[in-house]
Amino acid sequence: MTSLLAQWNYFLVIILMMLGFYAVIARGNMVKKMIGLNIFQTSVFMLYISMGKVSNGTAPILTGDSSTVYSNPLPHVLILTAIVVGVATTAVGYALIIRIQESFNTIEDDEIIELMDDDEAASEGRAS
Amino acid sequence: MMHHLPILQVIVPLLAAPLIALLRGREIAWLATFIVTGVTFVISLLLYYQVSESGARLVYDLGGWAAPLGIVYVIDAASALVLPIVTGIGFVVTLAARHLVTAEIDQRDHALFFTAWLLTIAGMLGQVTTGDAFNIFVFLEISSLSAYALVAMGAGRDRRALPAAFNYLILGTVGATFYVIGLGLLYMLTGTLNLDDLAVRLADIEQTRAAYMAMAFIALGLFLKMALFPLHFWLVPAYSFAPSAVAALMAATATKVSVYVLVRLMFGVFGIGFVGISEGLGTVLLTLGIIGAFVGTLAAIIETDLKKLFAQSSIAQLGYMAIGIGIMTPAGLAAAFIHLFNHALMKGALFLAIGVIGAQTGRATMRTIEGAGRQIPMTMTAILFGGLALIGVPLTAGFISKLYLIRALLESDFWVLAGLTFVSSALALAYVWKIVEAAWLKPRPEGAPDLYETPMMWLPAWLLVIATIGFGIFASPLINGAVQAAAVFFGGQS
Repeated sequence: MTSLLAQWNYFLVIILMMLGFYAVIARGNMVKKMIGLNIFQTSVFMLYISMGKVSNGTAPILTGDSSTVYSNPLPHVLILTAIVVGVATTAVGYALIIRIQESFNTIEDDEIIELMDDDEAASEGRAS
Repeated sequence: MMHHLPILQVIVPLLAAPLIALLRGREIAWLATFIVTGVTFVISLLLYYQVSESGARLVYDLGGWAAPLGIVYVIDAASALVLPIVTGIGFVVTLAARHLVTAEIDQRDHALFFTAWLLTIAGMLGQVTTGDAFNIFVFLEISSLSAYALVAMGAGRDRRALPAAFNYLILGTVGATFYVIGLGLLYMLTGTLNLDDLAVRLADIEQTRAAYMAMAFIALGLFLKMALFPLHFWLVPAYSFAPSAVAALMAATATKVSVYVLVRLMFGVFGIGFVGISEGLGTVLLTLGIIGAFVGTLAAIIETDLKKLFAQSSIAQLGYMAIGIGIMTPAGLAAAFIHLFNHALMKGALFLAIGVIGAQTGRATMRTIEGAGRQIPMTMTAILFGGLALIGVPLTAGFISKLYLIRALLESDFWVLAGLTFVSSALALAYVWKIVEAAWLKPRPEGAPDLYETPMMWLPAWLLVIATIGFGIFASPLINGAVQAAAVFFGGQS
């Protein structure tokens, strides 16, 4: 039981991950999908950051004292990169949502699918 | 200079991209892109030559920091085979982009279009060159993010490109994030991200559930990226609503690079000795591959839009690559590499030829190509040859692919799968025949707009058609390259 509790960070990550993933799959609103995607990504960031923690370790800044225990800085650096990627993804995603709103007047998945089917029928009609 | 080629391969298009964004002239942006893709093509050929001459692998330490502390770029027989495909297709498609982009993209956006274009090529090259697992993720996202933007640029002609790009973004990001989760678990187990180092350390540790989960997450993420059935739903809308040039570039290269990364991670890192690979992955790939081959081919047969038709056929062709990998023998992997190479040529040719029609009519459907065989003979013949290669008719590169794939299946006693592979390839005849019938046997309908073609329009597609036939007749260099590439991952066994 204690070992399970000691790994509480994994439970947090898994709960967050599933919440985010559920929102991505189950929500029809594109903004909500993006929020879900962000939560999903954040859970992975936390997975990495929590793994870098070393028991009794301090911030990885060299003190010159050889007995100091440092946390592992590498996962943090990786996640800095991943955060940048995540920000870029979010920006592209919201830019697309704005354009979708402008051309379809809705950002609901099911309504857009209907409008796309209408487009399909219209272009078939033009071609024939 | 020659020593720096591995990094130049990636850095030249990566640095050129923001510079091209500053060029405002339409022609000059294209010309600069054309030159840059030409240079990357030459670099990749030099790399291929160096690796195949010496037989050794080139390792480039970034900033002079050796592995495993530093990040290294590694060119071995496998990456040297994939690089010329990406750069070569990139070069030819850029040649075609001159007229396709003029026809389809608003003139103000040309410089930005080519910026994203070079970024997506640079991202793909980075995934192939790098020897660091996290680097692969970063390059994966560089190429994907610019690909989302490129697909969305189809919105100028058809607004449906926007939801297609959005869904591609959602699924692409989920795939990439799955990859990162798997990587995180691997890092926890081994404490390294260098691909070679990972392989060494993974061999020493116990094969625990964490290692299996890492493998499963990485494989699943890459299945999404390579559009393996049933994770292929983003691909068809993304390809069919993207601008023609983008569809040609992505259909020919993007999924292939993901296939390469899958092979690199599964065989190069986990290795054939890893239980999850030998007993799990093979069955999964064989099953999904053959289902994908049938689903894709059957969907292509009933499709009337040419871009969608060939996007569906891509699902089937990726299924064949998955089968090749799933056989788990050097011969099977070599067949997968041969098909990866040949399919890039065929699909590039097909999408470029369709682009010639699409640029004039907006969409290339069965109806718009009725009787087109007499109006644009060179373009339609290119589509015919591409289609024949997809079926696997002798004297085309597709025949070599199918021959080696079926032979590898028979060697491993997969009799039923070999038969099914043959049947699904033969089924492709149905959709190719449908095009032949529409283009040559039907008259041009009354009032249909006249189609035209100039040598500049059909030449890029024909360059790839000639390559398809060339590699179909003189196949031995490619087969040798693919066998060497496969041997990289079976060093111990073969």
